[in-house]
Amino acid sequence: MIESIRGRSLLSLHDVSRDALVEVLDTAESFVEVHQRTVKKVPALKGRVVASLFFEESTRTRLSFETAAKRLSADVLSLAVASSSVKKGESLRDTIATIDALGLDAVVLRHRSSGAAEQVSRFVPHVRVINAGDGLHQHPTQGLLDAFTIRQVLAERRGVASSDTGATLFDGLHVLIVGDILHSRVARSDVDAYVALGARVRVAAPGTLLPIDIETWPVEVVSDFDEALEWADVIGLLRLQNERGTGSFVPSLSEYTTTFGLTAARARRLRPEALIMHPGPINRGVELDSIVADLPAAIIERQVSNGVPIRMAVLYLTVAGANREVA
Amino acid sequence: MASVVVRNGLVVGPESATVADVLVVDGVIAAVGENLDAPGGSRVVDATGCWVGPGLVDLHTHLREPGRESAETIESGSRAAAVGGFTAVVAMPNTEPAIDNVALATYVLDQGSRALVDVAVAGAITQGRRGERLAPMAELAALGVRLFTDDGAGVQDAAVMRRALSYARPLGVRLAQHCEDANLAADGSMNEGALSSQLGLIGRPAVAEEIMVARDLDLVRLTGAPLHFLHLSTGRSLSMVGAARDEGLPVTAEVAPHHFTLDESSCSTFDAHFKVNPPLRTRADVAAVRASLVNGLADAVATDHAPHAAELKDLPFDEAPAGMLGLEHAASLTHEALGATPGDPIRFFALLSRNPARIASLRHEDRRARHSGHGGAVVAGEDANLVVFDPHEKWEASWDRLQSLATNSPYHGRELTGRVRCTIVRGAVVVDEGALA
Repeated sequence: MIESIRGRSLLSLHDVSRDALVEVLDTAESFVEVHQRTVKKVPALKGRVVASLFFEESTRTRLSFETAAKRLSADVLSLAVASSSVKKGESLRDTIATIDALGLDAVVLRHRSSGAAEQVSRFVPHVRVINAGDGLHQHPTQGLLDAFTIRQVLAERRGVASSDTGATLFDGLHVLIVGDILHSRVARSDVDAYVALGARVRVAAPGTLLPIDIETWPVEVVSDFDEALEWADVIGLLRLQNERGTGSFVPSLSEYTTTFGLTAARARRLRPEALIMHPGPINRGVELDSIVADLPAAIIERQVSNGVPIRMAVLYLTVAGANREVA
Repeated sequence: MASVVVRNGLVVGPESATVADVLVVDGVIAAVGENLDAPGGSRVVDATGCWVGPGLVDLHTHLREPGRESAETIESGSRAAAVGGFTAVVAMPNTEPAIDNVALATYVLDQGSRALVDVAVAGAITQGRRGERLAPMAELAALGVRLFTDDGAGVQDAAVMRRALSYARPLGVRLAQHCEDANLAADGSMNEGALSSQLGLIGRPAVAEEIMVARDLDLVRLTGAPLHFLHLSTGRSLSMVGAARDEGLPVTAEVAPHHFTLDESSCSTFDAHFKVNPPLRTRADVAAVRASLVNGLADAVATDHAPHAAELKDLPFDEAPAGMLGLEHAASLTHEALGATPGDPIRFFALLSRNPARIASLRHEDRRARHSGHGGAVVAGEDANLVVFDPHEKWEASWDRLQSLATNSPYHGRELTGRVRCTIVRGAVVVDEGALA
């Protein structure tokens, strides 16, 4: 069990303890305030170098990591390569070695291959590696920002300060995750975070998009999706990843929408206070109806904006390490 | 030729073992007995406390030449084989291009004739290993090729496999199958299960192997042609083949050392040195494969020695090529796996020499085969292909000690018990004191 992410790489949320998660959420809360300042910067990572390496397409994750690093006053080296290391002709190891020669404190890595972040952490053991999504494996900062967003909204509704609530708002919270669990690194990180924080998680998906070991996950598989809608305090939809060939796991997109899409009709079965989440980018009309995506219950944009304080917190804790003072 | 006398070792025969000297003259075993008089000037190998048996035979070696000589060559691979106690290896045909014609087979045999150990060749079953049209098996058989396989992949089309078996049977050659259904195993890079799911790696399910084993057993029943099953990795595969053997079908099975020493958990750090096809399986499968050495379900241990350039094993797990080195550690790992079984030196040589030599037609019986004199009894008149194995020596496997050009061994840093001391190929001492002579 990882009791704190301070001073270490963040590769996965598997085995990250409740206290460690709450520490990140609370740290992120203290960075939200920076966003409201005229000068949106703190000197916490001044003089530190953060490389942002995206070997796979990404807009929101890359922009929010780079914004986070800049708000912490770190120097940011940015490299976007939308191709596999093999196609590029240079190995991941050589790319990392080249950039490391410039003097690195942290690497933010997105890669299409599961385990790439862990491999990089072996190539450069002195550098903190932050996994920004690796293959089908993990997307830890997404799991953190999803938990952060839920806690923030629930705290606001109760009129309490989010950072005073620890993990209490997750106690017994009903979270329903819907869609392509099999190919989703977001689902793996979300489940790790929600369960560690005390929520009850159910998943709903076509049989072909459930991992074969789902019985060993700390979740319940729902047999009746429509019934589960009434149970949920939070519904998290996953992107149907057509670009990974997921389309061939279901007979057609329209059948998927009919059976597991959050259509307007289905959304009416949700409890009025239920929250609707999606990691983006949305396939409007496939897993989520356009009208539903724009309801006030949908807190998708908040997820995006919370990406910055969460990633500030992760960069700060992993890089600044033992120093407990937030600048 | 000079003579060699191997003194005071436990000479391991097919059914019994006794302490004796072995005198080798002119490449042939001249005498076996106590306190033999050796001609003056004989080279003396002290085998006290060691096993002396027929040189090991590897049914499954990827020598990479032609095509990928940066990973291994026939010459470097034969050095690795010699250090590992092997006096003969069967070179797999999945080179670039594939060994599917007489010219290429001749090239490998010629290169092999200059190597430290005997290099037999397996031919491809189908042209270009594409699984469509049969390779010229009769022409290759006339050259002395006795084993045919599309290894690296199985023959996917059942009709093609049936035709290949029917064609091979009257030629007196044996087919060998890499059992994996390509559709079920597609894109997978480790065993399918809870761990692959947690790691986000696409799995190669056990059933991908088992479904082809089941299919091919039926095709053997239909055609009557012999079939050898390569690197079986699951308990179920071994049971199915065992039941077919009991039924009288002409089938044989090999297992690879990594499948009885390493389980899928080795993949949990995404280190591609542990990526191999078929993949490292569950602990239960590892136990079943290990048990097959003793209970007879496995006929042979074969290395599936698969060299890959170091930079390729640094790739992300799903992009890295599958395969690991095997020649230099197989004897030690097999010895460890047999453990304290009474009579294990006999089983050791059955698994690593006698049975594989029979399967590959490398004994004396087949006069038309290119190579012979392997896997026999240690008696006067036999070719002097011998190995001296010290079952007590403890040593550490290390990347920097390998004879292979490649370094993709999963055993770096592992403490091993039992080591090849001396390898004798047709009377020539090619390895002495565990190092190339």
